[in-house]
Amino acid sequence: MEPLTNRIEHVSRKQMSFWEKIYLPAVLKGMGITFRHMFKKPPTIKYPEKKRVFSPVFRGLQILNRDAEGRENCTACGLCAVACPAEAITMEAAERKAGEEHLYREEKYAAKYEINMLRCIFCGLCEEACPKDAVYLSETVAQANFARKGFIYGKEDLLIPHPLKDPEAFAKAKGSRIKHPEGHGNEH
Amino acid sequence: MLIHTTFLVLDGAVLIEKLILIVLVITGSLVVAMYSTYAERKVAAFMQDRIGPDRAGPFGILQPLADGVKLFFKEEIVPTFSSKFLFILGPCLAMLTAMMVGAVIPWGDTIHVFGRNVSLQIADINIGILYIFGVVSLGVYGIMIGGWASNNKFSLLGAMRAASQIISYELAMGISIIALLMFTGTLSLNEMVNQQKDHWWNIFRQPLGFLIFLVCAFAETNRTPFDLPEAENELIGGYHSEYSSMKLGFYLFSEYINMFLSSAVMVTLFFGGYDIPFVNDAHLGQSIGVNWLALIEGAVLFAKICCFIFLFMWVRWTVPRFRYDQLMNLGWKVLLPLSLLNMLVTGALILLKQNHWHF
Repeated sequence: MEPLTNRIEHVSRKQMSFWEKIYLPAVLKGMGITFRHMFKKPPTIKYPEKKRVFSPVFRGLQILNRDAEGRENCTACGLCAVACPAEAITMEAAERKAGEEHLYREEKYAAKYEINMLRCIFCGLCEEACPKDAVYLSETVAQANFARKGFIYGKEDLLIPHPLKDPEAFAKAKGSRIKHPEGHGNEH
Repeated sequence: MLIHTTFLVLDGAVLIEKLILIVLVITGSLVVAMYSTYAERKVAAFMQDRIGPDRAGPFGILQPLADGVKLFFKEEIVPTFSSKFLFILGPCLAMLTAMMVGAVIPWGDTIHVFGRNVSLQIADINIGILYIFGVVSLGVYGIMIGGWASNNKFSLLGAMRAASQIISYELAMGISIIALLMFTGTLSLNEMVNQQKDHWWNIFRQPLGFLIFLVCAFAETNRTPFDLPEAENELIGGYHSEYSSMKLGFYLFSEYINMFLSSAVMVTLFFGGYDIPFVNDAHLGQSIGVNWLALIEGAVLFAKICCFIFLFMWVRWTVPRFRYDQLMNLGWKVLLPLSLLNMLVTGALILLKQNHWHF
């Protein structure tokens, strides 16, 4: 029959030779290979003690950024929610009252800001969409959880630690991904 | 009546020393089997460029304990459609027959304690090899009964495979041993070791016989490349797929005990048993004392056994599983004729030597 494609692999139906039939040479050769592997250094990284460094383009859990005085950057404009292809972000806006200037940078802020980490695909489009330098993808991964609702991260989970009260935690949460803290993360 | 007279012959001290020896051998085989599981995982890991278990204790030394505890605390499920008595009998038989081989293996020379000469062999019966063969063939009942009682088609298939495989390979194994028996002229394992102490080890006189015996030992212990009875990817665990908790543990454990004791048998038959290589044991015994000698001999025997256990693991993590027709072809069409040939050639050579024919 004429073959339909040119991708046919012809199976060899050759009888085994005597040396192949007695198996032992091949077995011994294989044993030599496995024995050599015993002395190779395993590439394992022992995880909880040693952690592999994330690559500079790693996209992990989102953080909600604060400015240098510790005020929240987010103005609840909703651009991130619009940009999100997985529709993982929901938010509710509220107006800043008098006396809350040290908490929020602009007149409007997000009273509720939730990201469903089961929907999130960590594409980073929210980070690109944000005009206020408020959403970043950090260098952490989502913790395991027993319940689905544990994966809906609210503002208390996402908000970065206060830069003045806890500068170390702030720097750690921010990570090395954000090259220009004052500008936009992707500007180069 | 028979038991009564036997007890009259044995005096109390013999009973006690045998009892102690039995306890030592059984605990010894259990501990070795336990640490074989650890060694198996470590060897597998090293051969696959991994680290292996290293969390429980330093270097994961306590891993077998953790595994044992886990097996004990697992839920014990007896399937409702199984026949309960046989279901429990299966693993018990597997374990029992695995342990029984240890009784005739000489673990060392005679030691001298409390003014008595104590032989480090539980039973120096003059048909030691026949006993081993009998017990090893009983071992298939544990697997058969377990697979049958599970009332599951995969278990039954595994059990059937085990039965036909073990029966096929026992034949070649037996005939390869006959050649060995013909020139040692004894069935007692202790006598065989004594012969190998003074002369060459049997491996140099019966290389082909040893090879056949080795391959058959792999098949008898259900180790890869002959682990078809428990082929995970086609029979979901084979004869023990319905087993859980410590009953499963018994099956897995009996495999390792089998491995340990068949290594011991191979060492005893072909590698001089507890004989210390390159050293005249009797002279050494005179200079350092009998007890120290027995200790060194025991250590040497153990080292030899460990080499064989490593060989079992090495092959397991190198060679893939045989297909069933390949297994049967190898057993009946290759090993059986080879062992017959070996027997004939050995017989002819012995005959030539006895008639003082020189050529």
